[in-house]
Amino acid sequence: MQAATSLNCDVLVIGGGATGAGVLLDLAQRGLRVVLAEQNDIATGTSGRYHGLLHSGGRYAVRDPESARECIEENAIVRRIAPHTLEDTGGWFAAFPPDDPEYIPHWLAGCKAVGIPTESVTLAQALKEEPHLNPKAYAIYRVPDAACDSFELVHTLTEAAAAFGGITLNYHRVCSIEKAGGKVIGALLENRRNGAQVRVHAGAVVNAAGPWAGEIAKMAGADIHMTHDRGIMVAMNVRWVNTIINRLATPGDGDILVPVGTVCVIGTTSVVIDRPDDLDIPAEEVTQMLDAAEVMIPDFRKARALRAWAGVRPLYDPPQKREGEAEGGVGEDGRFITRSFRALSHADVGAAGMLSIVGGKLTTYRQMAEKIADEVCQYLGVRAVCRTAETALPKPSWFSGNSRRLHSMTHRLHQLEHAPTHNNLICECEIVTRDQLEAAIKASPEGVSLDDLRRDLRLGMGPCQAGFCGYRAAGVLGETANLPPAESIAALATFIQERFRGNRPLLWGHQLRQALLDEMIYRRALGVPSLQPEAHATSD
Amino acid sequence: MTELRELPYLQETPFTADHCLKCNICTQACPVVPVTDLFPGPKTVGPQAQRFRDPDLPSPDHSVDYCSGCGICTLVCPHGVRVMEINTQAKAQLAAAKGFSLRNWVLGHNAWWGVLGTPFAPLLNWLFRFKPFRWMAEKTLGISARAAFPTWAGYTFRGWWRRRQKRGAVPAEESRPVVVYYHGCSTNSYEPRIGKLAVQILEHNGFRVVVPPQACCGLPLQSNGLFAEARQFARKNTQSLADYARRGVPIVGTSGSCIMALKGDYEHVLGLHDADTKALARGIYDISEFLWNLHRQGKLKTDFRPVSAFPPEVRALIGDSIVPYHAPCQLKAHGMGRPALDLLDLIPELRAVEMDAECCGIAGTYGYKAEKRQIAEDVGAPLFRRIRESGAQLAVCDTETCRWHIAQMSGAHVLHPVELLAHAYGITPDSPAVSV
Repeated sequence: MQAATSLNCDVLVIGGGATGAGVLLDLAQRGLRVVLAEQNDIATGTSGRYHGLLHSGGRYAVRDPESARECIEENAIVRRIAPHTLEDTGGWFAAFPPDDPEYIPHWLAGCKAVGIPTESVTLAQALKEEPHLNPKAYAIYRVPDAACDSFELVHTLTEAAAAFGGITLNYHRVCSIEKAGGKVIGALLENRRNGAQVRVHAGAVVNAAGPWAGEIAKMAGADIHMTHDRGIMVAMNVRWVNTIINRLATPGDGDILVPVGTVCVIGTTSVVIDRPDDLDIPAEEVTQMLDAAEVMIPDFRKARALRAWAGVRPLYDPPQKREGEAEGGVGEDGRFITRSFRALSHADVGAAGMLSIVGGKLTTYRQMAEKIADEVCQYLGVRAVCRTAETALPKPSWFSGNSRRLHSMTHRLHQLEHAPTHNNLICECEIVTRDQLEAAIKASPEGVSLDDLRRDLRLGMGPCQAGFCGYRAAGVLGETANLPPAESIAALATFIQERFRGNRPLLWGHQLRQALLDEMIYRRALGVPSLQPEAHATSD
Repeated sequence: MTELRELPYLQETPFTADHCLKCNICTQACPVVPVTDLFPGPKTVGPQAQRFRDPDLPSPDHSVDYCSGCGICTLVCPHGVRVMEINTQAKAQLAAAKGFSLRNWVLGHNAWWGVLGTPFAPLLNWLFRFKPFRWMAEKTLGISARAAFPTWAGYTFRGWWRRRQKRGAVPAEESRPVVVYYHGCSTNSYEPRIGKLAVQILEHNGFRVVVPPQACCGLPLQSNGLFAEARQFARKNTQSLADYARRGVPIVGTSGSCIMALKGDYEHVLGLHDADTKALARGIYDISEFLWNLHRQGKLKTDFRPVSAFPPEVRALIGDSIVPYHAPCQLKAHGMGRPALDLLDLIPELRAVEMDAECCGIAGTYGYKAEKRQIAEDVGAPLFRRIRESGAQLAVCDTETCRWHIAQMSGAHVLHPVELLAHAYGITPDSPAVSV
């Protein structure tokens, strides 16, 4: 083990999801020295494993008005500050038989109470806009939902924070939280790439570890009970709709359909599990998703299912319930737990300066960050106001800011058309060029995995699921990063194995043909070694 | 309410992109890919780009315009992706966004120029071979000065047909089975002899031929992105011909690509899904396909004369050589084999050999466009070389623009299969009706 290097900062943020990155930016922008530690790559946990819906709040309007209000407030803010991460698809709440018509007046009243604008859409108009919608829809309301690219959002947050001096340490695991005199004074981190230890001296520590928040709190001696609520999602190759469709009914399974980028995603289930990294995708849940989707889009399952994945909602289970909250036991539906968030202090266990932010949603990441940052500032005695709601995030050069569609589906095609040659396409499905790949590899001198490049560039996320780009990308990675051949092959084997994991529950029809073709390429033609699947992979 | 959508999306062309396994078979087979970097290939601009196309925005990939529309990609796709059809639709969307192109409008409306030019045939034929005029047409319109234009015959097939009907040259024997002849524009204005021979070959085989009103197939308009007008032509044809198809009267044509437009493009490119279009698609045949089917039923007259009994000028052209045969891409798309080759094999002493080259390169109006001319010449180079190396002076091909292009580029005389069949039957364009 190498000697620990040390870092001094005002605040250490643990967790590189939307919330942690939001806290990093918020505090850095207030002038504090902030370090963020993430055990994997950024946006690899819940933030990177969600369906892509920037909620209007309509989903929570009846049962969870506090969360609904947070959603509609933040929805407007995210649209303003990060339009390049969104596609302004708009959303509908639509009721289909056998949805209960009596729910509708409750829902409308709930929306009105928290300020969610709703507009009735006639069936004729709806079918004009979305010809694949089930014509049996009997009530449709338009709400300001949007589709969100969470990888882009979280990357943008860390980049924006870097401009204010915020440091992001990915692949750094927290080994211990250090306390002295009833206060936290920092943490010991391990760089998972090289095993080196990093001692971070910090005046305060923010626990934004999502599903892992309980484990981090435990390191400080605190006990917070998180409920791990797993939901699965299925991405379909056909973008059946260009508008987000929500079932206008009590929230249930498979009642959100989100067009995001080139695909559309149906989600989700809700099953309470006991570990934050249980990312199983039970076949019956996939079937359940497709059945449910066909209520909204009759031919839904006839298109190709590209990939299924699971995400874990980190729901906070407070010791004293507020009214209307229910207990979430393992195996049960976690939907009765509020989606609102809480900021918790751990001074009572001798860990003053350690604050946990729990619950909440990606849509409300900024408000969560603001709240916890306020408390951190108060604890540190810093007087600085939050400016994240007014400050636009940096936009990439391709973003033209068309107001109707913030992020545009066609931009990669446009980029390709203006690239110097057509022949440097590496990932054909998602249009990733050799230049983009090389730039991303060079931007991470500490080393990147193919899966990191996937999150950066969408490499291997299209219909062939890395069948044709995997080996090309491994070659570019090897050449650009000067890897010995064995390492390139290992990187490829890991990536292919991981891609196959999301494919395994979907082996029928065209995706089965694709999987067989991919298998021929990797196993038979290239002889890529098979890996033992890790029992509980943590990195996705 | 369900009637709002014309068809289940699953049956529409863009949906077929969902079947693409990225296997690259289409790119491998594409004749344009090997000769230019301007075209990234059918998979890239087809099923792949389709994922990124926004139905409400023009597609940003102008490179799709370098697709020649030959349709080989669709033919070879093992999973049923209609690649050419996807590309043609994207080209049309692009054309609509770009606005009016005089050149594409002119090339798309060749049906008009054929008829309008007929009275001025000698002048026009001189003009189109007058180099300064062609140079000017290239500079001002972008129509290649190197491309071979057909010659106006000076009379039309329909005019000939009307005069023949008036003369009562063929007794209207009601007992004979009827076929409809679909001549297409090129036969009407430039090569009426092919129509005359086709009619007589059908009559020789015991049919009564009728030539109802008909329009251009619309393919040149479709290829140039003028879908609205192409659909108008398509509707004229379906209105006039679908009834025959429904009554079981075969509709027979002599242009492989025109017939393919009626057989497949109306539905899969132009998106016409009505019952008339479907009926017509099922009831129309390429003439070689039709005659070969007759032969398989034992109904084709095989009183073929050997090559040694052909007219001396034809005999001289054939000589001792093989007769190279080229199946145009759009004829391959019929999925009917090579009926022309099978028929030619019935002619004693004739050695028709398929050239096994991919594409001649012209692809309808594609090779007439100045910026694509070199591509059209390079694509066909292996075919032209093979014909030259065979030493043949006479070759056979089923589709008009391919014929003109191959003739220009290889130096051989290129005939339609019916022209050789007619020689074998002893039929000349103006031979009196043969009684049965």
